[in-house]
Amino acid sequence: MTLPRTPSQTVGPYYTIGLCRRVENELLPAADPKALRVTGRLLDGDEQPIPDGMIEAWDAGGGRWGRSSTDAQGRFSFVAGRPGASAGEAPHLDLYVFARGLLKHQLTRMYLPDEAEANAADPVLALLPEADRALLVAEQEDGALRFDIRMQGERQTVFFSL
Amino acid sequence: MTGESPIVLPDDPSFGDEVQVDYPGYRSTRLRAPKRPLVTLPESAHPVGGPVFGDETVSELDHDLTQQHDGEPLGERIIVAGRLLDPDGRPIRKALVEVWQANAGGRYKHEVDQHPAPLDPNFSGAGRCLTDEDGNYRFITVKPGAYPWGNHDNAWRPAHIHFSIFGRSFTERLVTQMYFPGDPLFRFDPIFNSIRNPAARALLVSEFDLDSTKPDWALAYRWNIVLGRGGSGTTPIEESQ
Repeated sequence: MTLPRTPSQTVGPYYTIGLCRRVENELLPAADPKALRVTGRLLDGDEQPIPDGMIEAWDAGGGRWGRSSTDAQGRFSFVAGRPGASAGEAPHLDLYVFARGLLKHQLTRMYLPDEAEANAADPVLALLPEADRALLVAEQEDGALRFDIRMQGERQTVFFSL
Repeated sequence: MTGESPIVLPDDPSFGDEVQVDYPGYRSTRLRAPKRPLVTLPESAHPVGGPVFGDETVSELDHDLTQQHDGEPLGERIIVAGRLLDPDGRPIRKALVEVWQANAGGRYKHEVDQHPAPLDPNFSGAGRCLTDEDGNYRFITVKPGAYPWGNHDNAWRPAHIHFSIFGRSFTERLVTQMYFPGDPLFRFDPIFNSIRNPAARALLVSEFDLDSTKPDWALAYRWNIVLGRGGSGTTPIEESQ
């Protein structure tokens, strides 16, 4: 027996009612000495902020999850630990993007800027043209990691299918 | 109002169980649906594991949206229940199911919602539960109303309840909407019709379930959910590239 999967629909504009009733953007307590701040903006095809989006982050190596809605500037933020290493891959966070106007959540990855060697050997980054690899590597900014997500355009974030 | 008529594209079973992410009838997709083809992740690179939610995640009344305030909400009281299954028909246990919805008048308790229908002081419209050992979930709520939106001229969403589900791994993540049988708005709604395969679309429509009604108290709807490894909204065209 193979049952057909239930199809996806958009989270719509009012998802915070159901999905953001509590603060869940800390994969690690902010007071933890290993805590790392991750911020970024979610931008549409006109480079305008998406104020009704949500990002979920999964650190498979560390077994930690969190989610953050976006604000009026399209900004999301997490407190995370350094992602744990997965076998044969550079440390990264798996990120899902949800938004009004997005009929199915989209999967991307955030890699770390100070792991140049591991990134160069990463089998997933190796699938991408060189210019696209940089789009998946966060930048250092004021002691935090900065990772912008663009849904469209020349610098569109790379999204993956499973 | 945009003065536009609804754009509903013809049925296309070749989409299988995927939604068309760049469906033109849903205007907000135009600047938000990714334009470049998705990159297929090799199986060895799929996200491993996923968040696990324990009993402490939900409290006793989280599944009953009619008991979260001093008084009861207005509207038609309903029970919405079903099973969470994998494609082999096996139950998915201890999975977090979160729901949110408009009130009986079609208004969300959200600052952005300006539909001139009354808010209900006794209805927040959010619930959550964990599936049981047989994969069952169950909510008690009121039937949400249809409501207007600005997508095209005289656009109305069919009544629906939003569902968010965490399966056994992050790859099974699903956010979707459950509809009610026989809604006359189906054929005009671009979000519903962004699922081009009519058989897949039908999977989002609950069934009226007389056996689960509670006499003199509530009607009941049944809706099963099947989680699989999620694609990320590939279309047949992208897959061939």
